[in-house]
Amino acid sequence: MKNKYSIFSLIKNAFSYHENWQRAWRDPEPKKEYDAVIIGGGGHGLATAYYMAKKHNMKNIAVVEKGWIGGGNTGRNTTIIRSNYLWDASAGLYDHALKIWEELSQELNYNIMFSQRGVMNLAHNLQDVRDLKRRTHANRLNGIDAVWLNTEEVGKFCPIINTSQSIRYPVLGGTLQKRAGTARHDAVAWGYARGADAMGVDIIQNCEVKGIKRNGDSVEGIETTKGFIKTKKIGVVAAGHSSVLASMVDLKLPLESKPLQALVSEPVKPIIDTVVMSNAVHAYVSQSDKGELVIGAGTDSYVSYTQRGSHDVVEGTLKAILELYPIFSRMKMLRQWGGIVDICPDASPIISKTHIKGLYFNCGWGTGGFKATPGSGDLFAHTIANDEPHKLNADFNINRFVSGDLVDEHGAAAVAH
Amino acid sequence: MFLINCPYCGERDQSEFSAGGEAHIVRPKQPTELSDGQWAEFLFMRKNIKGVQLERWNHAHGCRKWFNMVRDTSNDKIHAVYKMGEKPPIK
Repeated sequence: MKNKYSIFSLIKNAFSYHENWQRAWRDPEPKKEYDAVIIGGGGHGLATAYYMAKKHNMKNIAVVEKGWIGGGNTGRNTTIIRSNYLWDASAGLYDHALKIWEELSQELNYNIMFSQRGVMNLAHNLQDVRDLKRRTHANRLNGIDAVWLNTEEVGKFCPIINTSQSIRYPVLGGTLQKRAGTARHDAVAWGYARGADAMGVDIIQNCEVKGIKRNGDSVEGIETTKGFIKTKKIGVVAAGHSSVLASMVDLKLPLESKPLQALVSEPVKPIIDTVVMSNAVHAYVSQSDKGELVIGAGTDSYVSYTQRGSHDVVEGTLKAILELYPIFSRMKMLRQWGGIVDICPDASPIISKTHIKGLYFNCGWGTGGFKATPGSGDLFAHTIANDEPHKLNADFNINRFVSGDLVDEHGAAAVAH
Repeated sequence: MFLINCPYCGERDQSEFSAGGEAHIVRPKQPTELSDGQWAEFLFMRKNIKGVQLERWNHAHGCRKWFNMVRDTSNDKIHAVYKMGEKPPIK
């Protein structure tokens, strides 16, 4: 690290009115050739580059980004982190990420504002109760903290929830993962970018990939708006645009890209000190450190790359929020936006080699990729560096759609997919 | 959000419709003779185009009939709507 951030550097820079802080990362022109290129400068892509340099000593690498780093889904999600997934494969993957989150601010020397404020998932009908109880048992067998709360305990943990049994979808209980929480999403991208840059990784922004050059069964490089870059290994981490990149090598992926919406309210004093998610009525809410309510809505049912989304989706979510939290009835919403999420049929990601040598895909995170950022980067870096998956992402290969060995997390993981 | 011109009912709000994904994926005539790879192709693999795409829609809260649509997924503009069994009007 060139200049370590610390209390001393903060005091020192205060004397010069914070006008002399060094750049956090360089702005290099692309070299002619790299050992590997990561396409996509979001959290997952930057984390991949960071761990390739750090753990696999691959330092002659680049991250190319069409826009600016962290400007896609990394900056558009609702920042929720948890690992209470049902199946063993998912539990392994997401808890691996959660363990890295717990140390990440120290590791990166960058405050990512990780806050283990807990995530509570609500049950609104008998099937929810059965599913969520089953999931807490599955979680605990996998060493993941999870507890079941009855209605009264839900009300105690988050007093502003309307636990009246006379509402349309009454709260019948819920699960709580205390180690779960939130982090500042931009800081995650910036922290990884700074860390990767310090180890020599070139982060090239405003550089759109226009084509992938192949020679028979292997890749030779990428055509970009900044010219041709030669490389033998390409890791694609392009979220909603994964299919667009795959089509450059005539590869079809089991993905559909859809707008997922979120919105924030005007800032208010602290009112909700945890994250509450409700799958059945599709409402989830937390409060940012600025005081805004951060609300996640659903995806549209149709393929679209517009980063907007439909009003009826937002309306449905806000109806549910108002029934569960009558106290929010006069809050004003400040901003609403959409991000394009790439959804797999089994709602699990793909972190995999392909049949083309040197071409790797990390995609299909759908509506819940942020929480996995560090783990995804670590495992994808391992997969690219060794040309072999790590045991934690072996189940998330692209061939599972041929073998039928799916990791079916749709609706099973208490998530609002 | 956009308006859809249902070929049976006329122009209605998009929220009345449900999307059925990529159009013209034909169910295999001899399923027993398909390899796992061909099944994966039929069941899961999608073009997921950014641009003009042919897709199926259902007027779920209306006449409940299925039809096809030519839509640009990069800006949600609908270029044409046509009935099931008809050939796409533009390619």
